[in-house]
Amino acid sequence: MRRLIDDNQDSSDEMTELLRSQGDDTVIDDRERLDITNLPAVAIIQTSTNAENISSDAAGASSNSPVEVIDSQDRDNTRRHRRDGQPDEERPLNSEHEEIFKYGASHVVKLFVPVSLCMLIVILTIKTTSSYTPGGATWAYTPFTEDKPTNTQRILFSLANTFIFMGFVITATVILILLYKFKCYKIIHGWLILTTLMLLFFFLYSYLNSISASLNRPIDMITICFLTWNIGVVGMFCIHWKGPLHIQQAYLILMSALLALVFYKFLPEWTGWLILGVISIWDLIAVLCPKGPLRILVETAQERGEPIFPALIYSSTMVYMVTAVDPPGEPQFAPDSINTNSIAVNVDEPLSEEQRAQRAEIRNINARRQLIPRSDVPETERRQEPARYVVERSNSPAIGDDDDDEKGVKLGLGDFIFYSILLAKASALGDWNVTIACYVSLLIGLCLTLLLLAIFRKALPALPISIAFGLVLYFSTVHVIGPFSAELSLGQVFI
Amino acid sequence: MECAGCTLIAFGVPFSMFVFTIAHHPFRIIIAMTSAFFWLISLLLSSLLWFAVVPLRNQLAFAVPFTVLFQEIFRYLFYRLIKKAEFALQKAQMQELTAKGMVFDRFAVAYASGYGFGLISGTFAIVNVLSDMTGPGTIGIFGHSPDFFIATAFLALCIILLNTFWGVIFYTSLDKDGIHRFIGPAIVVFTHMLFSCMTLLNRKSTPTYSISIVIGYVLLVGMVIYTLILRGFNINNIRQRLN
Repeated sequence: MRRLIDDNQDSSDEMTELLRSQGDDTVIDDRERLDITNLPAVAIIQTSTNAENISSDAAGASSNSPVEVIDSQDRDNTRRHRRDGQPDEERPLNSEHEEIFKYGASHVVKLFVPVSLCMLIVILTIKTTSSYTPGGATWAYTPFTEDKPTNTQRILFSLANTFIFMGFVITATVILILLYKFKCYKIIHGWLILTTLMLLFFFLYSYLNSISASLNRPIDMITICFLTWNIGVVGMFCIHWKGPLHIQQAYLILMSALLALVFYKFLPEWTGWLILGVISIWDLIAVLCPKGPLRILVETAQERGEPIFPALIYSSTMVYMVTAVDPPGEPQFAPDSINTNSIAVNVDEPLSEEQRAQRAEIRNINARRQLIPRSDVPETERRQEPARYVVERSNSPAIGDDDDDEKGVKLGLGDFIFYSILLAKASALGDWNVTIACYVSLLIGLCLTLLLLAIFRKALPALPISIAFGLVLYFSTVHVIGPFSAELSLGQVFI
Repeated sequence: MECAGCTLIAFGVPFSMFVFTIAHHPFRIIIAMTSAFFWLISLLLSSLLWFAVVPLRNQLAFAVPFTVLFQEIFRYLFYRLIKKAEFALQKAQMQELTAKGMVFDRFAVAYASGYGFGLISGTFAIVNVLSDMTGPGTIGIFGHSPDFFIATAFLALCIILLNTFWGVIFYTSLDKDGIHRFIGPAIVVFTHMLFSCMTLLNRKSTPTYSISIVIGYVLLVGMVIYTLILRGFNINNIRQRLN
């Protein structure tokens, strides 16, 4: 049923040999040998470092053979060393700057675009409709209102709100880590699927409703349901199973924007500011502390050599496609893999429902396993995942080193959400200068975080720098820059 | 309608500049963004100054020169930053970078940073005016000039382009040796100050826009010519190219 091509960490030449002779290297699980007769072969390229058997079900991973952990950094170095024929130690500085540049420019911009799109959706919605304005309803996470007579009471109540909210976040994170630690993949996936389902269907439905209401363009129920159903189903497919990368990215952006709008609508004003600040600090603690929960999560994921929840981070490169794993320098292999992959899709039809589901699962898991150990963002209850992004370490052979597309940058959806919330709050004032200042400072913060990432090369929280810049520039623009530039533009004085 | 027209006047040329010269180069986008951030910080400092000196808040003639000075200081600081980055990159393997088309192009960096400065400066000047244009209201109903919007749009375009050329002149002359090293920045500071102080004349109920606009565009033409000279063009050279 599957052929595993093992990359035994040999030189790339040997790798090529291995790939060429894939037919001889076929590894077949005993329990699946029976299936071979009636199933067409599906080649799965396993570039991960070990000869671990791919379990057909992630939740049944208890039967997995132990995973050998090889630090991808070492592998990279080894490969580079072999390719260049000169020891890597001789140019540590060089490779560092090379990395900076490689991860730098294009990947930063690849993140700029989706973040800007998400912000654009949020700002346009806020500017055009009146239904997404804060106030009015409260929800369970922030039970107290801020309509208090004195400032002291307001501060106290917003503090209480923030603590409750953060309590939810932290509890959800801890639950998630426990589930992950004990390999309850099914529960996690069920959780994620339910959340996505709710987000896509309910929020999209209410979004369409409120848009049509505030634009005074009545739409009948059938059309709205039809739209919601179609968009939602395609989204579920693309996010949790497979689909074109761009569509998946578009859905992730859309979901973040919807969630940011909902947050913006339901969080009372000062609670919102407090949460923005506190969640950045929490992000910092959770990722960087030695015993921080997210750090534990990341390390566990790297030990197991698998991404956690691919659906919940925005990645700038291919995730599910085999081509992303294929070393581009080996064209003789690439078409083969693509073919077999498409076969794998086609042959699903005659299978029974159960087999189909099983194979889909396998493909999904395998596709994920082809990706490198990268740390992901956990999903908390309302997807306030402490956001961060991670550079995907390429496990593919050294030939791929020259290819930028091999290494994507990943940004947690939480970043999208909280950036957008900040920008939504900025744009709600009606002063565009505040919006622009916050936008520039958020993106500069993202830039700086990426620069730090290139230097430190480990998962970093993406919220703190950006949010700090954003908050500083928000308040200074509102209170200092705004009046000054209003004075200037009223007098038509150009500086 | 007026909003769309003024938007196109102010941002049409910068937008096409962005599309054709910057959008395809990620490095330039980042440079432009970072320089925009530097401009923001300089604006923050100057507005803090304006905010702190309470008695002179209505006298923009006090704050504007300082604003110009802060901007030029931050332009210089950004230049230092760029130099550091360039120095660090020179240590890196230039070969691989060249293969990726990521050569450190000084002219492109100067251009992109000037563009970033100009874009955010012009945007800050005009964006709220643009959003006011859409709203209900009539311009000039209290005896103000009816040309307020279109003049603002033209001046914003002028400041964007001027900043672009100032960036190029500033960085190119700092890279040169000898007398050019001082003349270029001095010209930039002087013309910037001149332009900003000329626009101070607009603070009347019925200003004569032709003064500031004409001066702005004359300065712009002057900056273009000076940039060409700095980049090594002269009349014969251009005539040969045309032929």
